[in-house]
Amino acid sequence: MRTGVVAKKVGMTRVFAEDGAHVPVTVLSLEGCHVLGVRTDADREVEIKKKGKAAGKVTRNDGYTAVVLGAGKRKAKNTPKPQRGQFAKANSEPTAIVREFRVPGDMLLEVGAEITADHYLPGQKVDVVGITKGKGFAGAMKRWNFGGLRATHGVSLSHRSHGSTGQRQDPGKVFKGKKMAGHLGVERVTVQNLEVVRTDPERGLILVRGAVPGGQNGWVEIRDAVKASLPEGAPSPAAIRGNAAPKADEAPAAEAVTEGGEG
Amino acid sequence: MAANIIETLDREEIERVTADKKIPEFQPGDTLRVNVRISEGDRERIQAFEGVCIARAGGGLNENFTVRKISFGEGVERVFPLYSPVLEGIEVKRRGRVRRAKLYYLRGRTGKRARIAERAMRRETTEAAAE
Repeated sequence: MRTGVVAKKVGMTRVFAEDGAHVPVTVLSLEGCHVLGVRTDADREVEIKKKGKAAGKVTRNDGYTAVVLGAGKRKAKNTPKPQRGQFAKANSEPTAIVREFRVPGDMLLEVGAEITADHYLPGQKVDVVGITKGKGFAGAMKRWNFGGLRATHGVSLSHRSHGSTGQRQDPGKVFKGKKMAGHLGVERVTVQNLEVVRTDPERGLILVRGAVPGGQNGWVEIRDAVKASLPEGAPSPAAIRGNAAPKADEAPAAEAVTEGGEG
Repeated sequence: MAANIIETLDREEIERVTADKKIPEFQPGDTLRVNVRISEGDRERIQAFEGVCIARAGGGLNENFTVRKISFGEGVERVFPLYSPVLEGIEVKRRGRVRRAKLYYLRGRTGKRARIAERAMRRETTEAAAE
């Protein structure tokens, strides 16, 4: 299981296949998606402070392994101070979004490494996670695809109603989970098995076939499809660009990983 | 910025599709011969569809045009995406003089009444100069 990436939904367009078929694609932009940190299940010593003064060391363990990715830009003045500290630790500009991706321990990445669009191969299947557009309080017809009532035959003022919600005195209640009107949208939705049509590492663009949840400029997570096998030659643990690493000793390490990934 | 990326991608897609062919200038009223690539199993052949262009719709990468012809006494219309790779080529057979962008009125007409006058060459040359 490789790490996923965070990307911004740019919009939709079409590309033509060689046989003339129209392929509707969603353009997703990586916006400089890079590693802000890692979570490891190894013990490590951490200096703690109390009231600004060093107060000894403690052993810390995240208890799981994951990479923390950030993408986009956010003004420092709009970033809460504690998070500014987190970004400073990763030597990164504040990013618009931060997401963790659970990965096995051997798939961890160097802090500062930038993930490139050729992380995914054309033809590969991916799962895309996004927050759907909000629809507000929606009726049963829109929310659950109910049929509504008839247009005529005595139906009055209730053409779009849901109709009956249950039986009679027995059971004498509406069952829990009954589909009714209510809030629709603004929900985390995963779309599985979208095909990667094209990637553009220079501009950091990934074109996936079909629609993804959310509006334009919304953030989505892209992962390798859980229900399809990873194609041969997919860069592992990730396709990264040796970032102008903040610490001098980190740059060679990041490059070494890049070479390993491509080889 | 976001829209620009889409526009850039669309432009590049147009360039990619039209890399090895040229799409001529044509307008509604012109008589076209559209060569369409048809694949039957693993065999490919070219089929021509000749008729009057009665409409152009959409813009950019999504532009399409409608060609109408009378086939065995029956009116046939086909809508082609302008930038479809299936189109082998478009030939302009005749330039027609019309005063409308959409020639849907031809649908109700047959024979002599469905004629379109030929556009004068003089206009064509000035147009070519303008382009």
